[in-house]
Amino acid sequence: MPRINSPAGLEELRKDILSKRDPNKPCITLCSGTACHASGSKEVAASIEEEIKKQGLSAEVDFRKTGCHGFCEKGPIIVIHPEKICYLQIEPEDVPEIISQTIKEKKVIERLLYTDPNTNEKIIHEFEIPFYKNQERLVFGSNGEIDPASIDDYLALGGYSALAKALSQMTPEQVLEEVKKSNLRGRGGGGFPAGRKWEECRNAPGDIKYVIVNADEGDPGAYMDRSLLEGNPHSVLEGLTIGAYAIGSHEGYIYVRQEYPLAVENVGIAIQQAKEHGFLGDNIFGSGFDFTVKVHRGAGAFVSGESSALMTAIEGRVGEPRPKYIHTAVKGVRDRPSCLNNVETWATVPLIINKGADWFTQLGTEGSKGTKIFSLVGKVNNTGLVEVPMGITLRDIIYKLGGGIPGGKKFKAVQTGGPSGGCIPEEQLDMKVDFDELAKAGSMMGSGGMIVMDEDTCMVDVARYFLDFLSDESCGKCVPCREGIRQMLKILTNISKGKGKEGDIELLEELSEVTRDASLCALGRTAANPVLSTIRYFRDEYEAHIKEKRCPAYVCKALISYYIDSEKCQACMICLRQCPAGAIAGGKNQIHVIDQEKCTKCGTCFEVCPPRFGAVKKISGEPVPPPIPEEARMIARKSKET
Amino acid sequence: MKERKKVKTAATANGKIDKIIDKYQGDASALIQVLLEIQSEHHWLPKEALDKVSKKLEVPLNQIQHVATFYKAFSLVPRGRHEIQVCMGTACHIRGAPRILDRVQDLTGIRPGETDLDLKFSLETVNCLGCCAMGPVMVVDGKYHGKTVPAKIEDVLKNYD
Repeated sequence: MPRINSPAGLEELRKDILSKRDPNKPCITLCSGTACHASGSKEVAASIEEEIKKQGLSAEVDFRKTGCHGFCEKGPIIVIHPEKICYLQIEPEDVPEIISQTIKEKKVIERLLYTDPNTNEKIIHEFEIPFYKNQERLVFGSNGEIDPASIDDYLALGGYSALAKALSQMTPEQVLEEVKKSNLRGRGGGGFPAGRKWEECRNAPGDIKYVIVNADEGDPGAYMDRSLLEGNPHSVLEGLTIGAYAIGSHEGYIYVRQEYPLAVENVGIAIQQAKEHGFLGDNIFGSGFDFTVKVHRGAGAFVSGESSALMTAIEGRVGEPRPKYIHTAVKGVRDRPSCLNNVETWATVPLIINKGADWFTQLGTEGSKGTKIFSLVGKVNNTGLVEVPMGITLRDIIYKLGGGIPGGKKFKAVQTGGPSGGCIPEEQLDMKVDFDELAKAGSMMGSGGMIVMDEDTCMVDVARYFLDFLSDESCGKCVPCREGIRQMLKILTNISKGKGKEGDIELLEELSEVTRDASLCALGRTAANPVLSTIRYFRDEYEAHIKEKRCPAYVCKALISYYIDSEKCQACMICLRQCPAGAIAGGKNQIHVIDQEKCTKCGTCFEVCPPRFGAVKKISGEPVPPPIPEEARMIARKSKET
Repeated sequence: MKERKKVKTAATANGKIDKIIDKYQGDASALIQVLLEIQSEHHWLPKEALDKVSKKLEVPLNQIQHVATFYKAFSLVPRGRHEIQVCMGTACHIRGAPRILDRVQDLTGIRPGETDLDLKFSLETVNCLGCCAMGPVMVVDGKYHGKTVPAKIEDVLKNYD
């Protein structure tokens, strides 16, 4: 591949790529991200390749393994271009039919289409499915069209034109001004204006400066950064290079978790390709600007996603944070000015340069511009990644895009912002989602995790879960975080075990305050959010645990019991056979009884008891009814004829 | 113990560690990257390997120990033949992951971070695998078992020996 030395050369290459592509030629795209692989897309891919060959269509149809399409609930997903026919939950057995019917005969296969759960209507095109229809997919949209290992795919969609524009038509100051004007705020957690950070780094003294992509996505339940880096790595590289130009940096790092091997691989391929094309390296586009990028794999520590900790990790040391009286933009990696932004933030930059800050600021709310990718997970019908404009309501996200709560259950809360965020109750569902509104509600944007919880979720248990996570992940360097979290966790564990005391809630609030005010980094400063927000909105649940020794959601093991309703038990032996603890006594025609001493409360009996019997009961805060006397356990069955 | 000895000699004898270190040209700031590669090669970090890294990168052994115990990716003891990971991410948690973990612990007799005496299973919890649509998720040797329930675990684990 010859190097591209000018913006004109890039345009020529793009035209050349497009001229070799027939827009009417059928192309099958299959999602092939990490989550897609888990749901079986590798097998589907092998089957597609084999079937295309078998049916002699190698020349007539293209096949592309793309990144995540976002609609993970229904994966693996196939979209057939140019019609954009969308098939969901594909299995290898479906493939021969897809090739012979849809590709050859142009017939749509009804059973693989999306069915609207409300109208039962079949939907053919991806863009008409409610999950996609209500999104604004600016950053994430190309994911479904690009093979991450093909730079040509990215170039065909206009890739690297923003970099060409920045380097040839704009000065670094102009690029910086544009980003400042766009009011782009960091997508990784705090929401600090990216332009201001860039400016501080640019103005900091020193010849060597670094730009860094933070892909140490650690929030449980959030995976948009992985999907972007895996699915469209060039967009992140392009944004990073533009940032480096504006800041005056010539070295960049991509810090990515080693738990994301596919992201590491794809970004490595992308860097290699960008080098070969001359989009990285010396004298990019003949502008005289040089820039190189290295990948650094993180070895698994949540706290290392914090900017100062991440920078220490890049130096090969233990990733612990430091006080930031001096910003990392001034003294970061090796004490040199270092500008760190999250994956999604960098990937947004090319859009701003190409379309302008004025276009970008039209989207979103007063204080938060543009779009944001959320990972909508938990007790929601359509689990997946959604990109929406800032300012959309939580209700729209959960009900319009997410399709509501499964199983007819009642919504209880939505948790945003990962372990640093809080739980937002039903009353606030009409809140417009942006950085400031979420903070006002006692939560935060974080990296965009959104975990939906229904009536079966215990809020004390959720708070305990997050503190358990944080106590494990606290690096232990500062006392308020290390000890504060540990003590809060102790109290919460006691409450969930029925050992809560009067005054525990107040003590939690007091500890929260100290931990928030005195901790060194954001991990400790925000650790109390899950506790405070659940106390604020769900105090009654705490009180039920403490005063009545009752878990209203039937989650806290120590506070619940299972028993079998002797009136309803049909002695079918299902629970008896499946009980892993062997705690169920009974037999054929003999009503089953749970031995409370042996029961491990795993809930298996409750799950396997046929719903038409519904004999296994879960109770909390009340004594277990005494078992039915042994002599009364025989069931006299009616004969089958009657 | 026999197993352990075998791993040890294999680790130092074949010169792979030298190769890994040489790749980073003795750069001390590459310590984490070097350890990651050794870990992925041998599934744990033998003491002999750490001594070698210490000499070649000129990093004191206590600093290497600090790094190796701080990050989750590293193991200072040999791992089992089969790796069980139970996802404890928030989405999996509210869909019942703790009950899955309890069942796995009952069946294998080991707790997260441990390996059984026969070196058959190692058990780990992970904070999010990012396939929340399939939660609760358990992974055995890279194979995903999604939407799982405690009653199914035994059937999955008995396929491994």
